[in-house]
Amino acid sequence: MVEALILPLVKIVIVLVAVLVTVMYIVLLERKVQAWVQVRLGPMRVGPHGILQPLADVLKLFVKEDITPARADKWVFTAAPIIVLVPALIAFAVIPFAGDLTLFGLTIPGRIADVNVGLLYVISVAGIGIYGIILGGWSSNSKWALLGSLRSSAQLISYEIAVTMTLVTVIMLAGTLSMVGIVQAQLAKGWWFGFMQPVAFFIYFVGALAETNRAPFDLPEAEQELVAGFHTEYSGMRFAFYFLAEYANMIVVSTVATTLFLGGWLAPFPNVSWLSFLGLVPGWAWFMLKTFGFLYAFLWVRATFPRYRYDQLMRLGWKWLIPLAILNVVVTGLLKVLV
Amino acid sequence: MADEQTPQPPAPAAPGAPTPAPKAAAPGAAKPEAKAPPAPPGPPDQAPPAGVPAPAFVTALQAGLPGAVEQVSFWVGDWTVIVPGARLLEVSGFLRDTPGCLFTYLSDLTAVDWLARETKRFDIVLCLYSIPLRQRVRVKVRVAEGEAVPSVTGVWPAANWLEREVFDMFGIRFTGHPDLRRILMPDDWQGHPQRKDYPLEGPGELLMESPQDWLKARQAAVDADVK
Amino acid sequence: MQTDAPRPMFDTDELVINMGPQHPSTHGVLRLILRLDGERVVSCDPVIGYLHRGVEKLSENRDYTQIVLLTDRMDYVAAATNNLGYVETVEKLYGLEVPRRARYIRTILSELQRVASHLLWLGTHAADLGALTVLLFGLRERELVLDLFEEYCGARLTYNAMRIGGQPVDVPVGWDKKVLAFCDVQEQKLPEYEQLLTGNRIFMERTKAVGVISAADAVAVGLCGPPLRASGVYRDVRKDEPYAAYEEMEFDVPLGVAGDTYDRYLVRLEEFRQSLRIIRQAVQGLPEGPIMGKVPRLIKPPAGETYHAIEAPKGELGYFIASDGKSASPYRFRVRPPSFCNLQALPQLVKGHLVADVVALIGTIDIVLGEVDR
Repeated sequence: MVEALILPLVKIVIVLVAVLVTVMYIVLLERKVQAWVQVRLGPMRVGPHGILQPLADVLKLFVKEDITPARADKWVFTAAPIIVLVPALIAFAVIPFAGDLTLFGLTIPGRIADVNVGLLYVISVAGIGIYGIILGGWSSNSKWALLGSLRSSAQLISYEIAVTMTLVTVIMLAGTLSMVGIVQAQLAKGWWFGFMQPVAFFIYFVGALAETNRAPFDLPEAEQELVAGFHTEYSGMRFAFYFLAEYANMIVVSTVATTLFLGGWLAPFPNVSWLSFLGLVPGWAWFMLKTFGFLYAFLWVRATFPRYRYDQLMRLGWKWLIPLAILNVVVTGLLKVLV
Repeated sequence: MADEQTPQPPAPAAPGAPTPAPKAAAPGAAKPEAKAPPAPPGPPDQAPPAGVPAPAFVTALQAGLPGAVEQVSFWVGDWTVIVPGARLLEVSGFLRDTPGCLFTYLSDLTAVDWLARETKRFDIVLCLYSIPLRQRVRVKVRVAEGEAVPSVTGVWPAANWLEREVFDMFGIRFTGHPDLRRILMPDDWQGHPQRKDYPLEGPGELLMESPQDWLKARQAAVDADVK
Repeated sequence: MQTDAPRPMFDTDELVINMGPQHPSTHGVLRLILRLDGERVVSCDPVIGYLHRGVEKLSENRDYTQIVLLTDRMDYVAAATNNLGYVETVEKLYGLEVPRRARYIRTILSELQRVASHLLWLGTHAADLGALTVLLFGLRERELVLDLFEEYCGARLTYNAMRIGGQPVDVPVGWDKKVLAFCDVQEQKLPEYEQLLTGNRIFMERTKAVGVISAADAVAVGLCGPPLRASGVYRDVRKDEPYAAYEEMEFDVPLGVAGDTYDRYLVRLEEFRQSLRIIRQAVQGLPEGPIMGKVPRLIKPPAGETYHAIEAPKGELGYFIASDGKSASPYRFRVRPPSFCNLQALPQLVKGHLVADVVALIGTIDIVLGEVDR
């Protein structure tokens, strides 16, 4: 009873709250990091050093008027943000945040569920989110929103191929689709897959930027070109859903990257004796640290690079990343057979 | 967008004559330039003093197109040739292409409204520059009210917007212009603001505050005029 | 568009979108009617006039001295050069002699202004392409220029920094050292921008071969300033028709080759260096002497008309003033705004490019709507 129902429920609540709070503070972190890069201070007003800024933002979004354009398709317009947000949140179900914990004699697995096709689940759930973006842009009945959603559907679909190809190489190395199994495989091999598969890791990183509509691939919402892209017509809570989903997606791809390429909750250098104290840090802390490192790279890239143009983005995806990813699969397969 | 001669809608029964004098002090009635001194008949267009020889491009123009140059003027170092509107295109082509002139660059095209001049009211002024030869010349065409000028967009594409602006501001038409419509003023604007007889004051705040009162006041002014 | 020639019905597969007048990257209140085939621009029709304040008409009813501060408000990010163009035109028309020291101060001010204007251009252009950091870097240095202006004339944006016949105030004590110090700072910061943009693959892909215009086309369509020079046309009013103290300055005119957005970027970046070079020469060679020439109390030029142009940061800024010899205000006051003439080339530049390039191209021609609409 406890293990089957209450424990998962408690964990779901913890993960959900943690994700939402992280999203709030990622926004703050983003503003701060960008400000530091750009010799500014960033938010400083709400709380010391703007630490309460996310609360103010959330409050503002909650109380803002929620406008539905007169000629929008009301049902689809309402449903679209939910379709984006829900998959972004349920993807966390299979992410192993930590190894097994022991609490009051009870062994608690550090994840909500360990599905034996966990990676497949993440890919398919993430694929649903695109519909929300397309529907949102289409149902707004606005030309800017339509252009934005067309861009993003083309972009997400093309980069999904490259990203999935890099995952294939990881599956080949690990021999399993289970997220937990992949981490354990890295433990067994003694190498994180990010070091064994640098090319795949790089393609995954670029693809992840594109998949989450982040700079330099933030074309669907390029404010200098398309006003705000697919969510031009959205305001208030429904805008907040898109906003949440974007950052939740960032966290999803970062946690997946951590699990697949950076050894999940594992401590680094377990075999170096004088660094053994690193093992004292709990697994979930390592996981968080790696995830934040990955997220920081997102913010860093945003503050540094200009934006790609639509056709260049497509060229990069189809002419470079996808062939490279396929080549990487072939080479990995050959090495696996030969070595 | 007909060639409007009425300056503003509120001006009651605006006269086409260049010296409107609506005495009605109704809020709608726009005052003409009250304090301005009587406008001069036109620029003096001083002839070059004896000691200053005409530059090569002026003599070339005079020799190449006999009779095209009505007058040559020189003032504070600027040379101006005054040509008739009918020969403007010919002169433009000549100035652009002839070696020794090569005025490939149209710096500016504008107009001046010499309201009090009896014969031809407007001056169209083309400021030309020659990038290879580093020389300037102004070409001036005198235009009467309602008269059209050939467009020089075929010679200098840069004239496109400049001529639109002149049309917008002075109501001078350019024949052969590809896209002659207003550029700075709203499309449904009446009147041409840079004309010297365009009223300097609008209907005032009454129109904004209570249009009904404004209409009544205007009607009263019209009635008074009729009597 | 009631005056439009009858247009064919819109094709069902062409999308007509209205970019602006409220749009983040139209640099003000520019409105573009874009007809798109997918994301490709089929035609572009700029609609301007939203900021029309009738500066020309207004000036015809103001004294010659009062007009100086109207000119501030045209290109409001480069007020000093606007002042300069105007006062020099009146001085030419009136035959006034300007003391050498005043001409040097004017040169310093207008080159500082060029640096400030180009910094703002660099920042907004990069921000249009998504590189926000450069914007903040540019604004950081622009503040330094504005501080110098503030110290000279008390204002940071609309300077009203020149008078007909000379300069209103002499340079403050120690100002010249601050200007030289700024030149050093600016010189050090230039590689920072270059590091972020010049060699950046994404920036190069976004700007190379975008909006190419040949030298002949650029001249014909009336481009001026850096866009004209980026097409390889040697045309700089400072060299061709020297004004202020430019005759005594030593500087180069950077020219582009390809005439694309990247070359326009490179040309302006090099202009930073040349401007700093001029500022250093002018500050170090600042002559002693009066700053105000002999000017009558009431400025009333004799009847006549003239056109005078200067090299504003955005291109050839010309003033055409006709005086009737009787009144103390110009009979006709005409501005030849560089932004207006450069914007005219936009439809030609964007044709066949993508919507994202439209944004890049609006940025690259460097317009200020206050000047376009006057």
